[in-house]
Amino acid sequence: MTRYSPSVLWLMIAALATSCSHRTESAPTLKPTAFGTAIVESSGGKQLAQTGALLPQPLVVQVNDEQGNAVTGALVEFAAASGVTFDPANALTDSSGQVTTNVSLGGMAGRYQLMAFTFDKSHKKVELKVEEIALGYQQTLGQHLADQYCQRCHNPESSVERVSNYDNLDVKPHPFTEGDTYNAISDADLTAAISHGGPALGKSALMPAWGNTLSKADVQALIAYIRAVSDPPARNAGPVYAKN
Amino acid sequence: MNEKPPSLWQKLFGDPVRAFGVVSLIFLASLAIAPAKNFFSEWRHYQHGYLRMIRNRSEANTLQRHFQGGIQQIWLSDLGVVDRCTSCHVGLKEASLTDVATQPFRKHPAIPHQLDQFGCTVCHRGQGAATTVTEAHNSTLAWEQPILPAKYIESSCGQCHRGPLPGTPVLNQGRNLLSRYGCVHCHTVKLPGGGTMKPTDDPPSLEHIADKTTREWVYAWLKDPQAYAVTATMPNFKLSDDDARDMSAFLIANSASLPGDTVTLAAKASSDPAGGASLYGESFCASCHAVQNAAGNVVGGDVGPELTRVGSKVKPEWLQAWLRNPRGYDAETAMPHYRFNDGQVVTLAGFLEAKADSDLLANVHLEPATPAQIAHGKRLVSDYGCASCHEIAGIKKPENFAPELSRIGSKPVTQLIFLPGMPHTLPDYIAGKIKQPRTFSPGLKMPQYTFTTAQIDSLTTALLALNDRAAALPPSLTVPATPPSDYQPAGKAGKLMTDLACFSCHRINGHGGDMAPDLTWEGSSVQREWLVQFFKNPGTLRPALIRRMPRFNLSDGDVNELTDYIMTVYQSPAVDRDAMPLSGYSQGQVELGKQLFYGKYSCQGCHIVDTKADKGYIGPTLTHVGSRMTAAWVYQWMKNPQALRPGAGEPNRAMSDEDARALTAFLMSQKGGAKEAAKK
Repeated sequence: MTRYSPSVLWLMIAALATSCSHRTESAPTLKPTAFGTAIVESSGGKQLAQTGALLPQPLVVQVNDEQGNAVTGALVEFAAASGVTFDPANALTDSSGQVTTNVSLGGMAGRYQLMAFTFDKSHKKVELKVEEIALGYQQTLGQHLADQYCQRCHNPESSVERVSNYDNLDVKPHPFTEGDTYNAISDADLTAAISHGGPALGKSALMPAWGNTLSKADVQALIAYIRAVSDPPARNAGPVYAKN
Repeated sequence: MNEKPPSLWQKLFGDPVRAFGVVSLIFLASLAIAPAKNFFSEWRHYQHGYLRMIRNRSEANTLQRHFQGGIQQIWLSDLGVVDRCTSCHVGLKEASLTDVATQPFRKHPAIPHQLDQFGCTVCHRGQGAATTVTEAHNSTLAWEQPILPAKYIESSCGQCHRGPLPGTPVLNQGRNLLSRYGCVHCHTVKLPGGGTMKPTDDPPSLEHIADKTTREWVYAWLKDPQAYAVTATMPNFKLSDDDARDMSAFLIANSASLPGDTVTLAAKASSDPAGGASLYGESFCASCHAVQNAAGNVVGGDVGPELTRVGSKVKPEWLQAWLRNPRGYDAETAMPHYRFNDGQVVTLAGFLEAKADSDLLANVHLEPATPAQIAHGKRLVSDYGCASCHEIAGIKKPENFAPELSRIGSKPVTQLIFLPGMPHTLPDYIAGKIKQPRTFSPGLKMPQYTFTTAQIDSLTTALLALNDRAAALPPSLTVPATPPSDYQPAGKAGKLMTDLACFSCHRINGHGGDMAPDLTWEGSSVQREWLVQFFKNPGTLRPALIRRMPRFNLSDGDVNELTDYIMTVYQSPAVDRDAMPLSGYSQGQVELGKQLFYGKYSCQGCHIVDTKADKGYIGPTLTHVGSRMTAAWVYQWMKNPQALRPGAGEPNRAMSDEDARALTAFLMSQKGGAKEAAKK
């Protein structure tokens, strides 16, 4: 029987350890050249993306000093629940005091809390919380159906491809983001309104009945979508995935 | 003599009794290994954790009752699934656990399939039979299937669902891109359901390219297609200056001139930018062609090429011939034959020629080509597989030019060569290959595309769906795609419809585009007189639409030919056009219909009947619907719009016969329109 000398064994363990550790190696740390006292969101919050997918727009945050002026060269780091990735995960603010990062959400449908933080001169952490929404299968299907059948009236915003009909309606529909309205309506009532039209809840007949056009699963998907996008969040919207 | 202390061996096995005791102890201890391993197993740890978690919940009793300890397994022999994931993922089916954020206890989000019918690994990949976290999720022990990252999850839907699904936008986009960007010109993709994936781009033939453009433009285009048009789908082959010079030399020298490709220009060029712009607008060129505006936004359709710098590309004598009749140069083009008159051709050509970019060709100075350069260019054109996409005289379309991708989603990781620093997974490899193909090896021919990250993810998703499981699936589980239709209308009208490229926008019997209404049942739906007037002067039916039917300057004969064909052939078996009269409804019926229109059904939310009061902007304007549509069609439409046109945006109201009849009476009383408008 061959016997390994201990030194060879140690060498192997060491080799194994180094080969395994290359993934945990972090990017070279950035040295901030300036410090701010506040961090604010410039754009990119409250976006929708499918689970695991890149947000359509990058997240842009800005570091300001006491006077509210943008600070160049401050270090901004991003963090979120596991599964969320930032590209880059940390960076120094540019000449307009901003850092832009591309965000991919995690694999679970729901709300994700992203954190951007910087340190002030006294090394005190200053942080900003931003929420993004990941759509699972059901919500994605709901989004598709909403785009096809609902948003022309329910969304007041017009785009090149979709001119909004909102302003033409005598009784205004509620945009799906209107959490205060939708959170007060139970799933059963929402199902009734979608399937049997506005009059089912004593509301306007301008909301037609969709129960013969959409399947039960379609209606559930629409409700899942509405629950996912309403702001403030629905009661049963599920947990917010945040860094623990 | 020095006393040697008893060795360890002597201490333990010195005398037989002691030896027996020691061996027995070792034996007992080794017997305990298996139960101990079982006791301290990960799944047991998670099951304990689950029980601790549910203890404090209000529905603890229900959850407790559902809980089953021990290793759980979903076994599906026809799918080859042995999934023990539910041993740790205990709460997957518990509807009440939606508020639980910690894994592995979360409820599975709603999907259209039952866990027991499909298991877990069919969608998520991973090692179903494993009972530890690492072995199940990661690719340890050289197992091939790590868990599929969430962003590619729709690829699993694509294993069974061969056509597009409303809930899988990423997969649908990926499949479209494979066809739209011509990937399948070079890579064969045999579909699991039979047949091969067909490209949907239309790379132009290069056999007469010298009629159309200059060698300088070809050179600039070869060097960087996106410098000419940001939306160009032609990839960048990263050619050296010399290679681009020689290839452009060959392509121009190889081009044969066709007499009809160009016209003799008028001696004096006319300039009418305003007239050109309005003709461009009236002809709805922007429905198919995009132009990049000053802000850098690309505005317009993507059926035809982007025209931002078209003036730097095409020769004026070719452009005029093209506008006169595009089918002369390219019989298969998606561009309609507009039947412009000479003045219109000159005006529009002048407008397009002004869309030039002097920077594009400013630095391109080519000496006349030598025979050696042309020969070298020919070799390069052949080596780079240009003929996979383009028709080039003297060069055959290469067979199997690039690796076949029919099973790419199951390619073993051991057969892949990864770039340093790249995670060793198949999705990362595919995405990396699409992103920067040439980095994998300097000699590779695959060109550089300009895909966004989202596009690369969707392409990867579509490619991962092409795997062994998809190929080996029992037919009972597959959901085939709608087979592509090659419908062609017959006779003289059919020729006219090809000439007018109706199918670039309209769909008939499953064939054609989706920009404009499906015309499969048009003959049942509209009145003949209206259709005649519409061809002569296409009006706007939907106020909110920016894309509209252009006017084709058709002769009366052509209009009659088309109208007769549409009215006779495109008839729905469900609608008897003559079953209901076009007029003569009682005033009572009309009045009742009006009440239903504005009351019970509130149609004015989407439609306009009274231009002063109604504002609905979604459906077509109904001001003159009584002169446009047949009563029988309107009636059937009221009863079930989706039965006549699948996917129609109008909800099915499940109307009673009486309501439908009254609404039909009201709508048919809305007369006027095209005829009157035409008289003015």
